[in-house]
Amino acid sequence: MESSENQGPLWEVFIQKKPGVAYKHVGSIHAFDKEMAIENARDTYTRRNEGTGLWVVPSDQIVAVSSSEASSFFEPATDKIYRHPTFYNLPEGVKQM
Amino acid sequence: MEIREKYYLEIADNAFILSHRLSENCSKGPYLEEDLACTNVALDLIGLAESIYNEIAKQPNSIATGDTLAYRRDESEYINCLLTEQPNGDFAHLMVRQFMMDTYNYYLFSELTNSKDKFLAAIGTKSLKEITYHLRRSSEWMLRLGNGTEVSSQKAQTAIDDLWRFTDELFTPSEVDLKLRNDGISADLDVVKVNWDQKVNEVFYLSNLRKPENEFQLKGGKSGRHSEYFGYILSDMQFLTNKYPDATW
Repeated sequence: MESSENQGPLWEVFIQKKPGVAYKHVGSIHAFDKEMAIENARDTYTRRNEGTGLWVVPSDQIVAVSSSEASSFFEPATDKIYRHPTFYNLPEGVKQM
Repeated sequence: MEIREKYYLEIADNAFILSHRLSENCSKGPYLEEDLACTNVALDLIGLAESIYNEIAKQPNSIATGDTLAYRRDESEYINCLLTEQPNGDFAHLMVRQFMMDTYNYYLFSELTNSKDKFLAAIGTKSLKEITYHLRRSSEWMLRLGNGTEVSSQKAQTAIDDLWRFTDELFTPSEVDLKLRNDGISADLDVVKVNWDQKVNEVFYLSNLRKPENEFQLKGGKSGRHSEYFGYILSDMQFLTNKYPDATW
């Protein structure tokens, strides 16, 4: 079987570790269609009991901030310490924050 | 070996030899994800074979171990079906063989979940989860190959035409199989065949692929008469145990 340059479009893979918690980005895979994408993600990233939920998203459908825009997007927040919740006491029962 | 253990061995050898063929494909897949997926299936199958070999070795009076059953037998003592030992061709060929075996395993193990033999019922239930996924994957590949390009469809059809002559053997019961049938231990291969035909017809229809018209069939693996490829499989598979008989890991 010859290796091929054309491996299909890129998909981003997200795994949920246990029911109820947020999905986390774990990496990417190549696939030609949705079924292949979810199966490739399963075979590549969940072989060792990593999760209970799986998402794949076509990479070209993700809207991202380009690095040249990063400073105008994020730096204005750096000197506004009063926006952090560190001035509040968290109730003891809160686990996910 | 008792009748029941011989029946266990049929199931284990099919999984073991098919697993070996898939493992030969490791690092040769068309791309990384497919390579991993194929190797995952090989691992599932060798895990299945191992648990059955170990169960056979556990029986009273058995001098075998799981390892000696897997790696120290002679060609005629392996009783896998000829289909499982057919050499890897192109990707379509590998996937057609896999689809045929996944469908077979799916319905075989579905039947075994109702076996009166506790071990078979348990292994049936456990394996069915893995096999359900295998079948989903190979069925989708059939659709993709059949409905893909002219070349992919042609390759899938050529593979079907080449491998079809080994399919009847899957449903030809051995003597031990028939003996255990009345006790509700072995799976009824007539039922498996009806389900297999239905699934294969459905997937071929959706994939625009055809069963060959040629009725010619080859058998023998189940009674230890193998194709010319089997000696090569053994020399490869048994290389380590032959060279280092006392090796442990």
